Amino acid sequence: MPCPREAASLVLALAAALCACDRQLGHQPKFHPLDPSPFFSDGRSSRPLVAGTIPLDGPDPALATGIKDGRYLAAFPYPVDRAMLLRGRQRFDIYCAVCHDRTGSGDGMVIRRGFRPRPPDFTDPRLMAAPPGLFVDVIANGFGRMYPYEDRVHVRDRWAIAAYIKVLQLAAASRFQDLPGQDRRALEALK
Amino acid sequence: MAQLFPPSSNSIVKAAFAAGALVLCLAVWVAYRVERTTYFTKAGVACEQPVPFSHKHHVSGLGIDCRYCHVSAEDSSFAGLPPTRTCMTCHSQVWTQAQMLAAVRRSAETGQAIAWTRVDRLPDYVYFDHSIHVRKGVACQTCHGRVQRMPLTWRGYPFPFHMKDCLACHRHPERFPREDAELARLSRGFPPGERGHAAALAEHVRLLTDCYTCHR
Ligand code: HEC
Ligand code: HEC
Ligand code: HEC
Ligand code: HEC
Ligand code: HEC
Ligand code: HEC
Repeated sequence: MPCPREAASLVLALAAALCACDRQLGHQPKFHPLDPSPFFSDGRSSRPLVAGTIPLDGPDPALATGIKDGRYLAAFPYPVDRAMLLRGRQRFDIYCAVCHDRTGSGDGMVIRRGFRPRPPDFTDPRLMAAPPGLFVDVIANGFGRMYPYEDRVHVRDRWAIAAYIKVLQLAAASRFQDLPGQDRRALEALK
Repeated sequence: MAQLFPPSSNSIVKAAFAAGALVLCLAVWVAYRVERTTYFTKAGVACEQPVPFSHKHHVSGLGIDCRYCHVSAEDSSFAGLPPTRTCMTCHSQVWTQAQMLAAVRRSAETGQAIAWTRVDRLPDYVYFDHSIHVRKGVACQTCHGRVQRMPLTWRGYPFPFHMKDCLACHRHPERFPREDAELARLSRGFPPGERGHAAALAEHVRLLTDCYTCHR
């Protein structure tokens, strides 16, 4: 016959074991991102921003949109170095290449599958002469049928993409004679 | 009165105990195996979705990068599912009449989110973070399987996210392929100087396999 102390601890241990069966720890009463919620009429627990919300420490609007006093910014606000161009290439290939193609010709996969209108080739003389602010503006605000990408491309990355588009334009406009000897030999070897 | 149990019943009782123990072990083993079948882990079982979204068409067919839609995988713990607006960047112009996309268009008009059925979910007592893995060059496919071949999304092999699957990599991070220079750094030994590679790797693994890393 176990003494009452032992019996009590046995009951407690059993109760603890039963609690564990409930798996409360695995389903905690909290919301993960994008979990549904019956509380709000639209059924979302992640609330959309109230219209007109201004971020407290948001980026300078001129940097975010590439426009200052109604004019496109003509100079890059960040240092244009190798790291920035590589980042620009990566971001361009993720967010823009599906339509604009990796070379910027405007013949990406989605265009070939029927997206209309066709985007302009980046070697279009108007775009060749365009300041980087124009590209940042198109990314932030969209253009015609192209949706804005401000929700997916951070401010710094917008300038990196703009710089990379300038690289693509430079590459498309350069002639064989302009290439450094090393690249010329590499191309000749391909022939 | 004759004895109710003859001496031979001793061995029968012993055999019965042994058989009982064996059956118990078998039952535990079967339960363990059954819990890891695809019926329970749901690995490889396509989920019913409100829109029959195909990673195969969009990723393999069109060449869209994962991050075009799963934007926050690089910067936050949560990889994120694309809002309807992301679909509309293309579907405002392509396949605009398709019956399959009726729910997407309705969602865009009404602002009511599409209720995707979640495929991968860890229990709440596990802490997981996408950004550290993606930034250290672990490819999405290492954990999610070949998503680019899935006509409907399922839990990918080889990781239905049991603790042992996370640990397999955390114990031997150098054995899993990585996209970037991280692997080279690991195999060279990271802090240049007195600490040898083996010691550095052991310290790294100790941190990665500490219970607190994933249960915090
Ligand atoms: C879904 C396809 C699609 C994607 C993705 C896309 N664009 Fe476009 N883009 C277009 C189309 C279509 C046009 C032409 C719009 C029109 O004329 O109505 C265009 C036009 C442009 C123009 C020309 C604007 C002008 O003044 O003529 C620029 C610059 C541009 N896009 C940059 C980008 C950049 C940078 C990205 C990546 C962040 C990007 N686009 C992603 C489809 C796309
Ligand atoms: C970058 C452009 C792009 C985005 C973004 C996009 N789609 Fe598509 N989608 C296409 C194209 C192009 C097709 C036609 C495929 C073909 O012709 O093979 C298509 C086809 C489809 C189809 C038809 C069946 C199929 O798989 O071919 C469905 C359903 C679909 N998309 C759903 C979605 C949903 C849901 C989203 C948002 C999460 C989305 N798409 C985002 C370009 C896109
Ligand atoms: C065109 C947009 C798009 C692209 C590109 C895309 N996905 Fe998805 N992904 C979705 C949508 C929409 C869902 C939700 C519906 C579903 O589960 O099929 C989803 C679901 C998932 C899920 C399951 C999430 C869950 O728990 O419910 C995983 C994992 C995933 N995607 C991984 C990837 C990987 C890896 C890539 C790149 C190879 C990728 N996705 C590319 C749109 C996309
Ligand atoms: C180290 C393994 C691992 C890697 C690498 C990984 N994921 Fe995940 N992913 C997970 C786990 C585990 C979950 C379930 C998370 C949860 O329930 O909290 C998940 C969930 C998701 C989801 C559902 C939404 C969410 O965040 O819960 C999507 C979408 C997704 N992953 C996409 C991706 C994409 C895209 C990549 C590559 C950029 C990627 N994952 C890389 C392990 C991984
Ligand atoms: C393919 C390899 C791989 C898999 C699978 C994997 N991890 Fe990791 N994990 C890593 C690497 C690499 C790091 C980064 C280590 C470093 O360099 O700091 C990491 C880091 C982490 C961290 C952050 C540690 C810290 O110090 O903040 C957590 C948390 C984590 N992993 C959880 C998980 C969980 C949970 C799973 C299973 C769902 C998982 N991991 C699966 C490779 C992996
Ligand atoms: C790399 C991440 C990681 C580390 C490190 C880790 N765990 Fe886990 N653990 C997990 C995941 C993921 C699960 C969820 C498994 C599942 O859903 O089947 C889990 C589940 C568990 C469970 C619940 C098992 C169940 O089936 O309900 C226990 C208990 C546990 N872990 C204990 C530990 C202990 C003790 C340690 C340290 C020695 C540890 N874990 C270290 C990732 C980890």
